[in-house]
Amino acid sequence: MIVRILGEGQFELDESQVGALEDLDKQLLVALEAGDEASFHAVLGQLVKKVRADGKPVAPDRFVPSDLALPHESASLEELREFLASEDAGES
Amino acid sequence: MGVMKRLTNIVQAKANKVLDKAEDPRETLDLSYEKQIEQLQQVKRGLADVATAKKRIELQAQQLQQAAAKLQNQARQALAQNREDLATEALTRRSGIATQLEGLKTQHDQLAQQQERLEATTQQLQARVEAFRTQKETLKASYTAAQAQTKIGEAVSGISESMSDTGLAMQRAQDKIAQMQARAGAVDELLASGTLTDLSGSSDPLQAQLDKAAASSDVQLQLAAMKSELGQGAPAPSAELAAASAEGAAEEPVDGEVVADKTAPAPADPFSLDDAGGAS
Repeated sequence: MIVRILGEGQFELDESQVGALEDLDKQLLVALEAGDEASFHAVLGQLVKKVRADGKPVAPDRFVPSDLALPHESASLEELREFLASEDAGES
Repeated sequence: MGVMKRLTNIVQAKANKVLDKAEDPRETLDLSYEKQIEQLQQVKRGLADVATAKKRIELQAQQLQQAAAKLQNQARQALAQNREDLATEALTRRSGIATQLEGLKTQHDQLAQQQERLEATTQQLQARVEAFRTQKETLKASYTAAQAQTKIGEAVSGISESMSDTGLAMQRAQDKIAQMQARAGAVDELLASGTLTDLSGSSDPLQAQLDKAAASSDVQLQLAAMKSELGQGAPAPSAELAAASAEGAAEEPVDGEVVADKTAPAPADPFSLDDAGGAS
């Protein structure tokens, strides 16, 4: 399982470690929808740290697409919202 | 769908737009390589832009520090001359500068963060471009094997995703620069319009009043000195105070340049006024 932290790089994680990420992902979505900036940052921070700690950085000579992607921990709730909105608008 | 999955889809959709895939995948490999070289150059230019923007903020912070030190001195002089009204005016303006400095510090921190990130991106990109160059030749050489074709597809997806991510990081850095430039422009205007600079110029009413008061203190001081020479009693009790203020006034630069005030030592933190108090 390849996870990209946007603006940082890719990490390879075992399938067994993905469950914990998905739990945090759900919390992230709740914070995002509630517009709760504090809990958004807390959850995002945990997610990013977990990927860095559990994952192995993908070597620079390995070119693979990612299975999952995460915003960088410095991203704001508003930035992520705008980014996700670009999906619905179908524009780049 | 979870946030992470949606993000992946967006990044990959953007990635597909990065490359016009050629009919022959071998050409796509060459095209990917060219685009990466192009992007590497863009990131390096972006890095230079961030550094320039950061420098500009540092210079502005310096100018604001000097203006603040000047106002601090003026407040001291005013107090020494029992002009609390003028001292209040000077300190009020100084606290306005402190607010500006706080804003600049936030921008500066954000730019420093962007700079760090772009530096890491540049290094990573450089390593990847180099690795990709070697691999694409190997893949092209073995192109007829079905396995190689699959690998080409994956490599191209991987590299275009990475390019799309780098593009986003650069976009983010550019946004920060634009925000910072808007703010820096406002501070420049403030400095240029004289709101800050005329505090030290001859046209500055605050300074004019202080100078007048200082001159009158000087006269008092000379009178006291003469009286004491003539043995007409002890110097006036305010002589010490007046001497201190006269000395302060003598240190004022006459050309009225805010930036000419070199007597104030630079505080450790260029964005905080906490240490500026020791200037006189």
